Order: sequence, then structure tokens, then C-alpha cells
Amino acid sequence: MVKRVPARLAGLLVALLVLAAVVVLSIGFGARFLSPGEVWAGLWDPASPFYRIVHEMRLPRTLLGLMVGMALGLSGAIMQALTRNPLADPGLLGINAGAAAGVASAAVFLGVGTFYGYIWFALGGAAVVTALVYAVGGGRTATPARLALAGAALNATLYSYVSATLLSDSQAIEKVRFWTAGSLASADFATATRLLPFFAAGLLVALAVARPLNALSLGDDAARALGARPAVIRIAVIVAVTLLCGGATAACGPIVFVGLLIPHLVRPITGPDLRWMLPYTAVLAPVLLLGADVLGRILGSPSELQVGTVTAVLGGPLFLYLVRVAR
Amino acid sequence: MTTTVLDKSIGSRVGIRPRAVTVGIAAAVGTAVISVFTLGTGEYPIAPADVVRTLLGQGTTAQDFIVNELRLPRLITAIVVGMCLAAGGAVFQSLVRNPLGSPDVLGITNGASTAALTVVILGGSSTQLSLAAVAGGLAAALLIQVIGGKHGLHGYRFILCGIGLAAILNGISGYLLTRGIQMENARAMLWLTGSLDGRDWQQAGPLLIVLAVTLPILLLACGPGLRILEMGDDAASALGVPVKVLRTGALFTAALLVSCAAAAAGPVAFVALIAPHLAKRLTRAPGPNLVPSLATGALLLVGADWLAQHAGDSALPVGVVTGAVGGAYLVWLLTTERKAGRI
Repeated sequence: MVKRVPARLAGLLVALLVLAAVVVLSIGFGARFLSPGEVWAGLWDPASPFYRIVHEMRLPRTLLGLMVGMALGLSGAIMQALTRNPLADPGLLGINAGAAAGVASAAVFLGVGTFYGYIWFALGGAAVVTALVYAVGGGRTATPARLALAGAALNATLYSYVSATLLSDSQAIEKVRFWTAGSLASADFATATRLLPFFAAGLLVALAVARPLNALSLGDDAARALGARPAVIRIAVIVAVTLLCGGATAACGPIVFVGLLIPHLVRPITGPDLRWMLPYTAVLAPVLLLGADVLGRILGSPSELQVGTVTAVLGGPLFLYLVRVAR
Repeated sequence: MTTTVLDKSIGSRVGIRPRAVTVGIAAAVGTAVISVFTLGTGEYPIAPADVVRTLLGQGTTAQDFIVNELRLPRLITAIVVGMCLAAGGAVFQSLVRNPLGSPDVLGITNGASTAALTVVILGGSSTQLSLAAVAGGLAAALLIQVIGGKHGLHGYRFILCGIGLAAILNGISGYLLTRGIQMENARAMLWLTGSLDGRDWQQAGPLLIVLAVTLPILLLACGPGLRILEMGDDAASALGVPVKVLRTGALFTAALLVSCAAAAAGPVAFVALIAPHLAKRLTRAPGPNLVPSLATGALLLVGADWLAQHAGDSALPVGVVTGAVGGAYLVWLLTTERKAGRI
């Protein structure tokens, strides 16, 4: 095991380089393509003609994509570890839909229209659904299909609730419809900075539970013998998932499959040890999300495809493939 | 020996269970009662006795116009849509051997919605919308069958493929919703919720024909076989059930029913999930319980539509009511069924 550490560190470094490349692409692509040199100049040189484009439009979007990607990937990874279930994904389990239901209620019944207003409702919705799907799906004894079915059923309920509430108010449909498709397009610095505290708190909790979750994967008794407290860990995971998913969903709408796919792709590289899996996931999940966002901008030009659509259309077939080859 | 076993199973399939009959009759009577009230309520109230008289052709001209011309077509649509959804749901739940394996969850309804949404956004006519919904639902069934049906439909693989497909289609629907202009979006949203507003013989007619054609196939050819299939593929083939043919046939018939219902009234949530489950819980019989499910489905949709029209200050789309009722039922179902270990 010890011998593998340098290899894994090298792998992480490569992943970071890929992430850097995607970030540069994400800043570069748009109505006016910026070369990497221009991106660099735009980032640091206030005199550069690209300073405003980069700082006012592309950079907030990219930062938001980074945070949302990390949040979705990490919450998928720790959900999968907690439920010992390879198919746990905040999108498939209805957690994002719970946040969406919270936001739709806020938009329609209370007339809330800003991110700061949304986020508390999104967090509340996400928290309720996380706890519900975990309890209903059967906690530790959940089988993949049972959990997925519980999530799919909750998803269907929440989506019908969302469309029902939105129906009563066509103004709200206009406000929320881009949001429900999952988009980074409306990103600005204010959204990014407001997401930051929720994201940072969720990130810290997620990284902190890596070790005890490893112990928990041996079973409750073994975990207790190793000094972990199962009940506390479970609550910590639910808190982390709520913060990460609720925040991400409030910022840019429900996005599926990111939290499912990245841990799947990472696991063959790192093995099941969360202390390696989580950093890898945190680096590679934004690669997927930002990559999907850039792709959406290219495919949809002169307008753009919402990142939620791209991840669903790209990630879905990959999910179907995973299901097909499993066992 | 084999013949006697087979004979017995045929005997039990023809043999009528008193409990199932009671449930079926009770649901049918309930549907009839609510129907009479639905036909009687509105801006021009008519007493139940007069409604019945008008239905029998002995009302005044005004009553005849209001009941038979204005209110009856919508009611018939509700009944038929409820029956179609329930029959489709019953077959699906039996096929995948899971009480949650309804066409809503497994992507069939999503296939119909996405195709219909495309037509709405492109500004197509309502006939094109209906055709697209049917084609979309069948295409989704085909996709799941091809991708997930490798080792039989009951497997988790099939369920997971359905869920994955539903998620993909949801993503595409979300994208389509961002494409339209505001008017079309309101129409699309209304359609996606499922509504019976303005439905008449144009929707009810084709749906009745589909039901009339597929119902005998389901009841006579699929129902008994499905009940045996629930014991497992091996047992079923040993008993002479043509497993593959039955499964494919039942899958596509059910998908056809569900997508035709969606074409007529939009993807009304949860009726396909709840009606068969409720029927099964009441009859306590194995198998898809097709006839009691049909009656329960009609009762559910007619009741939900009555609530949607008259419970609040303004009329709601029926999908809102079934969604709310369905959501509550679902959570209860998930907890009790899990304790019983059936999900």
C-alpha cells in the first residue's frame, strides 16, 4: 500500500493539471474565444482588454462550476460510502429535487427571487429528502435497487409538486425554468461568494468523515471497535450532503449523474479508501461539470445548452452502460 | 401429472375470487356515484336523480345538453385514462415484480412527455402531440427492453435502466422547457402536469378503441400468464408459459396503454403506481389483479378530477391532486412495504 502512495500523488497531480486545462477552456470559450495567453492576461492584468470579460462573466461562472462540481462529486462519494451502495447519486436519490421543491415553493408562495433567499429553502428541502430517502431506502441494509427506487419515486413526487406550484404562477415559470434545467449561465460573483461559506463548511465535514467512513464500511461493530461513532458519522454525512447538494442546487438547479459517475471512475484508480477517493473526486468532478458546461456552450452556440442537460445526456448513457456491465 | 397441475392452474385462473369481485364491484359503484355527482355539479347544478334520468335519455333539452354534451365527454375521458394507466401499471408491477416498478418511475411516461414536449415547443397541433406521445412511450419501452432486458425484465438491471432513462429524459425535458417562449411554456407545463380540461370525444374516442383492443389481450392472454410468471421464470416455463413472448407482449401492450393515456390527458402522476397497488392490497390476490385495478384506476381518476374541479376556489389540473395524494401514499407505502421486505 505504501508503495502506491507516490503513484497516487502523481495521479492526483495529473488530475489537477487536467482541471487547470478545463478551467482555462471554461474561461476561454464564449462569444469571443480567448487564447490561453489572453486568459492569463485577462486574469491578472487590469489593463488587458479582456480583463472585464474574464472577471465579470467567465470567471464567476467558472468558479461556480468548480464549487458545484466538487460539491456534487463529494456528496455522491460520501453517500455511496454511507449507504454502501454504488448507485447513490444526489440527483437520482431526489435530494436535488428536494432542494428544487424548496426553491419553487419559495419562488411561488413567498415571492423569493434571489439566491440568498433561495438557499435556505434549498437547504431545508435537501435536508428533508436526504433523511427521508436514507430512512425509507432502508439505511444500512438498503439494496441498490431499493434505494434507487425510493429515490426515483421521491423524485417523481417532488417534480410533480414543482410543476404544480409553478403552474399557478407564469411569472415564476419564467424565473425558475432555466434554473430547473440546471444552468451556470446566470452566474455572477455575488452568487459565487454567497455559495462559498456553505460549500466550504460542507467540504470540511465531508473530508473530515473520510476516515471514520472508512471504518464504518467494515460494519458498525468493527467501526465502534476502531473508535468511530456510527450515529455521529451518519449525521455528519447527512449534514455534509445537505450543505453541498442544497447549496449547489440553489446556485444552479438540479444536476444529475455528476455525483454518480465521478466516484465510479475514480474507484478503479484509488480503490475504496475514501482518503484518496475524496481528493480525486474533488478534482475530477469539476472537470466533468466544467467540461459539460464548455461543451454546452460549443454545441448550443450562438446560445447555449444548460449544463444539467449535457450531464444528463452524457452521463445517462454511461450510467446505463455501468448498469449493463455490472455483474 | 403435468397436465393435472396445468389444469389446476387453468381452473384457478378461470375460478373467480369473491374478494376480487367485491373489490371490483365496490370500486365500480364508487366510480358511478362520483360520476353522477360530477355530472351534476358545476355552474348549473343538477340533482343526482335528474342526472341519471338525463343519462337515460329522459332529461330536458337543457339538461341533455349540459350533461351529455358538456360534462360527459370529460368524465368518460377521466374513466378511460384511469383504466388505461391502472392496467399499464398493473402489468408493469407484475413484470418487474416490484410494487414501485410503475411506468412513471421506469421512464415510459417520461418518453411520452419528452416527445410531446418537443411537439409543443415546435408548435405542433394536438393530433401531432398525441401521436408523438404514443411513439415516445413505445420508444422508451423498446430502449429499456434492449438495454436492460438481457436477463429478463424482473431483474434489477431492468429497473435501474428504466430509472437511468427517466433521468436522461428529464434532462432533455428541462432543456426543451428553456427553448420555448412564455405562452408555449405555460401550455407545456400544464400538459406535463396532466389535465382533463377541455377533453372531449376527440381524446376519449381513440383511447376507448385502444382500450377495447388491448384489454381482451391483457385479460385473456397476459393476465393468467403473468400470475404464473410471478413465481419465477423457471417455474413458469415448466408450466408451459411462453416466458419471452409473454413478457415482451405484456411490456409493449402496457407501454401502449400508458402512452395513449398520456397522449389524451398528459402524464397524470402516480395513478399507474397507486391503483394496482391499492387493488392488490384490497384483493390480497397474487398476479396483476387486472380487473380490480381497472376499477380502482377509474375511481381514483374520477375522484381526483372531482376534487381538482370543486375542492378549491379555482379549478386545478387533475395531475396536481393525483401528485399530492400519490406522494403521501408513496411515503407510507415505502415505509410499510420496506418493513414487510417486499421492496
